[in-house]
Amino acid sequence: MATRVATRIGNLFVTCKAEKRKAFIAYITGGDPTPAHTAPLIRALERGGADLIELGVPFSDPIADGPVIQRASDRALRAKTTVADLLEIIRDVRRTSEIPLLLFSYLNPLLRYGFERLATDAVDAGIDGVLLTDLCVEEASQPARQLKEKGLDTVFLAAPTSSEHRLRLIAEYSSGFVYLVSRAGVTGERVSVSAAAAPLVAHMRRLTDLPLALGFGISTTEQVREVGHLTDGVVVGSAIVRCIELNESSPDLFEKVESLTRELADPLRQKNA
Amino acid sequence: MSAISNDVLGSGPDALGHFGPYGGRYVPEILMSPLEELEQAYRAAREDPEFAKELGSLLHHYAGRPTPLYFARRLTEETGGAQIWLKREDLLHTGAHKINNCLGQILLARRMGKRRIIAETGAGQHGVATVTVCALFGMECVVYMGEEDMRRQRLNVFRMRLLGAKVCAVTNGSRTLKDAISEAMRDWVTNIATTHYLLGSALGAHPYPMMVRDFHKVIGEEARAQSQEQIGRLPDAIIACVGGGSNAIGVFYSFIADSEVRLIGVEAGGRGAKLGEHAARFHGGSPGVLHGAFSYLLQDQDGQICTTHSVSAGLDYALVGPEHAWLHDQSRAEYVSVSDEDALAAAKTLARTEGIIPALESAHAVAEALQRARTQPRAVYLVSVSGRGDKDMDIYRENMPELDG
Repeated sequence: MATRVATRIGNLFVTCKAEKRKAFIAYITGGDPTPAHTAPLIRALERGGADLIELGVPFSDPIADGPVIQRASDRALRAKTTVADLLEIIRDVRRTSEIPLLLFSYLNPLLRYGFERLATDAVDAGIDGVLLTDLCVEEASQPARQLKEKGLDTVFLAAPTSSEHRLRLIAEYSSGFVYLVSRAGVTGERVSVSAAAAPLVAHMRRLTDLPLALGFGISTTEQVREVGHLTDGVVVGSAIVRCIELNESSPDLFEKVESLTRELADPLRQKNA
Repeated sequence: MSAISNDVLGSGPDALGHFGPYGGRYVPEILMSPLEELEQAYRAAREDPEFAKELGSLLHHYAGRPTPLYFARRLTEETGGAQIWLKREDLLHTGAHKINNCLGQILLARRMGKRRIIAETGAGQHGVATVTVCALFGMECVVYMGEEDMRRQRLNVFRMRLLGAKVCAVTNGSRTLKDAISEAMRDWVTNIATTHYLLGSALGAHPYPMMVRDFHKVIGEEARAQSQEQIGRLPDAIIACVGGGSNAIGVFYSFIADSEVRLIGVEAGGRGAKLGEHAARFHGGSPGVLHGAFSYLLQDQDGQICTTHSVSAGLDYALVGPEHAWLHDQSRAEYVSVSDEDALAAAKTLARTEGIIPALESAHAVAEALQRARTQPRAVYLVSVSGRGDKDMDIYRENMPELDG
């Protein structure tokens, strides 16, 4: 890929490296439980120590997600959240925050919005990159080009089952970082992070200098610490989304999300983690 | 989506599973390797004469192929017009064409060393056929079925349990076929090492649309030879219902090169033209991605998948199989829709003139044939009766109160 101006995502990993720490990446579904909650939730995540936010676009048929994020998607759709709403929310967040933001979506809602239009509107709103759960590299050349042309990072998923050939393509198409899937399965909290992750991390390191983040199934401080030894970033999704679900109508929702984030991100704050 | 296209209809898909711009492989990365493995195993099996021999033997001795091509004399007289010939897939074991694909895929699963089979089902026909072949081969079987469909098809749920399967109720989304497919895909993502996903229609990511078509193309091969032998020529049109489109692509496939034969697919018109009231993807849908394939899709302005309605659970799905989208765009096949009401009336007509109670899905094709026959007295129509109506007796009862009491 041609040399590009570093995005907030690229700069984040440079900073983390200089500070000898790892990035804490938090996922939430945009519009969950309502669009009005999303900007304050992003601010709470940032106060708690999140370095990068993955903002999920709700979709009616989220095949890669477990029950927790499926329910979040349902809540967001019941609140009539659209891609346009999320762009508006990000515009609002950008007034006071420089936190890197990655739009995380299934293909169809963005296909419908149109990639050309999305690329322009996303940059304008202050989004830094896009990850498409169900867009494999074979089909990615056109959308990836349209997004990159406007200066967006394109992050692709790599899995323990991916072949060498596929991992090379994933490295080639990715910018910002590469998202490694810890193990077979949908998103959701699990007791242990699979040993399958270590060989995938090692394999990907041989193929690319891009930062690597690991996600799927990471929900405890202990797991964050463990994964922090392996990769440059650690993604937590379902555990945070569950906290939102449990405290949806609590007056302390934002404080609770902030303190959970602080707890989870803490092991990565310690130098040489 | 893709610039690659296959110019010759019926020769697809290309190496990445595209029929023109449609089809492809739009799945989470974790499923890419299992799909590649499945494709390689299928291509190897297709070249293996032993595989063909074993499948042929099972189709003949176990499932009951070939199925008859039957001239519906009284139905023809009743319409006062065109000749109507019926391809009797309803006479197969388990009561529908679905068994063709299930036998093919279970042999493939065995070759691949998979011991656990998962499947989705809408009406229950594909579920029953899957459970049946799992019983035949002694494999563990889990069927995902929407809670709403389980209510509509209680007898088939029992039938699957009797045959030894675990039936899992899917309680999210619209609790119908699309949610059952999503749940089966989640299971597959989690258990890829041990599990084969026996997808039941010409849908999903490559190689499924190609593979499922290939396992059903025997319908059209037989129908073509039978037409020449029994009618003395090819029919003027082939008429088949289209949910995902497996029986339709199976019966169409051998006729694609016969440009004088019209191919007519019948979608579910449901109870109205409003989005949500039907499952007619070519009338109100637009290209999009669902469950791994790019094709005509019923979606809202934000790209969310719409709920669909049909009296027939087997046609009640938001995306049409990708090869149909390509046949449609190339004007090689035509796609029309038939309402719930007309399908129910056609089922009654067929029952009373020929003693054949069709599945509600197949009744849509029969209705289209009846309507055309009345105005085309010299035409010859071949209609795919893809399944029998036993599974639909509760729905027929609900909708024909005049006969119940």
